[in-house]
Amino acid sequence: MARKLPAKDVVIVGLGWTGSILAHELAQEGLEVVAIERGPWRDTATDFSPAFAQDELRYRLRHELFLRPAQMSLTFRNNRDQPALPVRDWGAFMLGNGVGGGGLHWNAETWRFLPTDFTVKSHLTQRYGEKFLPDDMTIQDWGVTYDDLEPHYDRFEYLCGTSGQAGNLKGTIQAGGNPFEGPRSRPYPTPAQKQPFAHTLFGKGAAELGYKPFPQPSGNLSQAYTNPLGVEMGKCTYCGFCEWFGCANYSKASPQTTILPALLRHPNFSARTECEVTKILLDKSGKRATGVTFVDSSGTEWEQPAELVILAAFQLFNVQLLMLSGIGQRYDPLTGEGQIGRNFSHQTVSSAMAFFDKKKFNFNPFVSSGAIGVCIDEFNGDNFDHGPHGFVGGGYMGNVQSNGRPIETMTALPPGTPQWGAKWKEAVRDTYLSTIYAGSGVHGSCYSYKTNYFDLDPTYKDRFGRPLLRMTMDFHDNELKMSAFLTDRYAEIFKAMGAQQVVKKPRKGPYDITQYQTSHLCGGAIMSATPKDGSVNRYLQSWDVPNLFVHGATAFPQNPGYNPTGTVGALAYWSAAAIRSQYLKHPGPLVDA
Amino acid sequence: MARPDRRKVLSAMGLALATSPISTRARAAVIEGGMPWTPDRTQPPQPVDPKGWRYFTQEEAEAVEALVDRLIPPDPETPGGKDIGCAVFIDRQLAGPYGSAEALYMSGPFHDGTKQQGPQAHDPPAVHYRKALAALDKYCRGSFGDKPFAGLSDQQKDQVIGDLESGKVPLGGKPGSFFKQLLKDTQQGFFADPVYGGNRGMAAWKMIGFPGARYDYTDWVDRHNERYPHPPVSIGDHPDWKG
Repeated sequence: MARKLPAKDVVIVGLGWTGSILAHELAQEGLEVVAIERGPWRDTATDFSPAFAQDELRYRLRHELFLRPAQMSLTFRNNRDQPALPVRDWGAFMLGNGVGGGGLHWNAETWRFLPTDFTVKSHLTQRYGEKFLPDDMTIQDWGVTYDDLEPHYDRFEYLCGTSGQAGNLKGTIQAGGNPFEGPRSRPYPTPAQKQPFAHTLFGKGAAELGYKPFPQPSGNLSQAYTNPLGVEMGKCTYCGFCEWFGCANYSKASPQTTILPALLRHPNFSARTECEVTKILLDKSGKRATGVTFVDSSGTEWEQPAELVILAAFQLFNVQLLMLSGIGQRYDPLTGEGQIGRNFSHQTVSSAMAFFDKKKFNFNPFVSSGAIGVCIDEFNGDNFDHGPHGFVGGGYMGNVQSNGRPIETMTALPPGTPQWGAKWKEAVRDTYLSTIYAGSGVHGSCYSYKTNYFDLDPTYKDRFGRPLLRMTMDFHDNELKMSAFLTDRYAEIFKAMGAQQVVKKPRKGPYDITQYQTSHLCGGAIMSATPKDGSVNRYLQSWDVPNLFVHGATAFPQNPGYNPTGTVGALAYWSAAAIRSQYLKHPGPLVDA
Repeated sequence: MARPDRRKVLSAMGLALATSPISTRARAAVIEGGMPWTPDRTQPPQPVDPKGWRYFTQEEAEAVEALVDRLIPPDPETPGGKDIGCAVFIDRQLAGPYGSAEALYMSGPFHDGTKQQGPQAHDPPAVHYRKALAALDKYCRGSFGDKPFAGLSDQQKDQVIGDLESGKVPLGGKPGSFFKQLLKDTQQGFFADPVYGGNRGMAAWKMIGFPGARYDYTDWVDRHNERYPHPPVSIGDHPDWKG
């Protein structure tokens, strides 16, 4: 039997971005809050040091800050006819572990989605007709709008100190910003970062072609900043060790650098680290959560009773925990019945390698930051007429090369270069300083389909003997067409910049679990207007268990062409506001089923 | 699907935790009342002592030194894989958690899948090397008058490596898989921080113009198209720091 701990008002599963935000918001209400985190405690002073944080082997190749597959993995197949096999080492995405979660190891690109991204199904149907969408595509409107979320995007950006240039201030288009963005109520909290040579050149090339380039919104700060919680951040030094690494300069927005110092001052908050939640407990009715069970690092099982359960783990593990806890009906791709596990989406990233004359161009690619970049948004969402192209969706594109770390960078070599020997060595030497290659230069959307989903694996188990999550995923023609079209446009910009040789790398199928794209996994317990179309309502409250809220990109019905964290943060504040202003006064469903 | 009996789950769990090295990495803790700051709790890596071998036998080490020196041959400006320390790097990596695949999901059953499903090898890297190097030795001795790989001419070595690359040399495993593993490890050793035993003297970084573990380019972000003039630094040490 699990040993029972004293009851809390709120138990939070996972202490990453959403867990930290919810913990802080609910601790401010005076509630007794405990967060249970699978990985270790981590913070800047304790774990990162400018003396050795910049270690490509340790952090980038050996994954020191990440979940170890030995502790938890998943299985993967492209379609139902294949046997799924375990993901033995990470590839297509990276899974954080420990306090800070993905907010620790991310690059800190801090985007907002387009207003039409939230109403994508009705918008596209209205503009192009229902027949324009592929039959098996399962996109849907979110149930929240950009206008609902705007104040919460604003709160998240001011929490993070995001550096950027507004493109639309209260409806007025601003020079130098993204003219396609939704109206924002005030400018970014800090000015845009400075841009290195290659990124600046991309902006010039894009402008020559008639596009409107702008700096990528960045959580690597252009200047020192004190956020509304009184937490101070430092200026980014363009060190080029951002994603996959912790920041030793207090310059990258993360729970550690923006919220945890304020959160831990609350005497009614505590965190349990190295404790893995194994189940959300339900009462006999199955409609009320009574708390969670977790196992600590010594193997002891505990029960933490609570009035309110916030599921704030990474997307995959939110879905897995819902399934293992028997909450909601599992999705069946044959009948289309059931909600938990449906509408899984990832990203359709592509790029191009651009080789320049080394006598004329010296890019110093190591001078960079995680969310540096000059981008254009002409080909995102429905910012362009899809009618002639026969696909929907899009993405931003830009020179967003975030580093010159040699093991990672040396993969960009001209076609025909041998893999080894004197010619390989020569090519590496001659191209390093004069090549541009941003792995996620074209950040394409990934819409959802009947056949991309999660269930539980029948064969492979985790260390506790619980079934691993099984991912069934493949690219569809719509996304591959989109990727080809966008990558062509991207390559044209490098040509305009004066590249000698441009090698296009559009995304090709099948979906490959070994090829890194982004760590933007979405869906599986999606938001919907009614219980028949999803797992949570517009406030991220479970349709089945009203004292359970499920946070993160788990709720995205499909993935637009931007990085998700800005929207994940905005949804966290939006949901927290509803809990504070409505739920706590009248615990129960916030939307009538 | 049948739910596993709770008692069974717990006893299986106890067993797994007792034998898993990962479970001992850190202890569960309750954190409250302020930030638990313990400066520099995380340790820098211990610099590799280049003497001797930790995993390879002498014969294996000679073969690997010969292999890495053809994968990355010396030239007048930059040493090759052997002198820059790639074999030492690989040896130390194989002797540690990388070699035993300690962090990876290594539960069975093991089946070959599609390329898209990723490697499904049962053997961790250290075992892979041991088996493949033994098979390579047998192959070379059989094909080149009882000579080991290290005893071949450069031309013969390149021919064998080309055949490893195209999967023509029978090593027992998946065709080409040892070549892939070796190439990846060699290139990582070439470019990783010298603290791990390769990239001696930061020679690979000097070759391409990477300044290494510097952590501040504030003054350089807007100096466009200008060659960065300062030599690289390592997290382990730097000649300038030594009195």
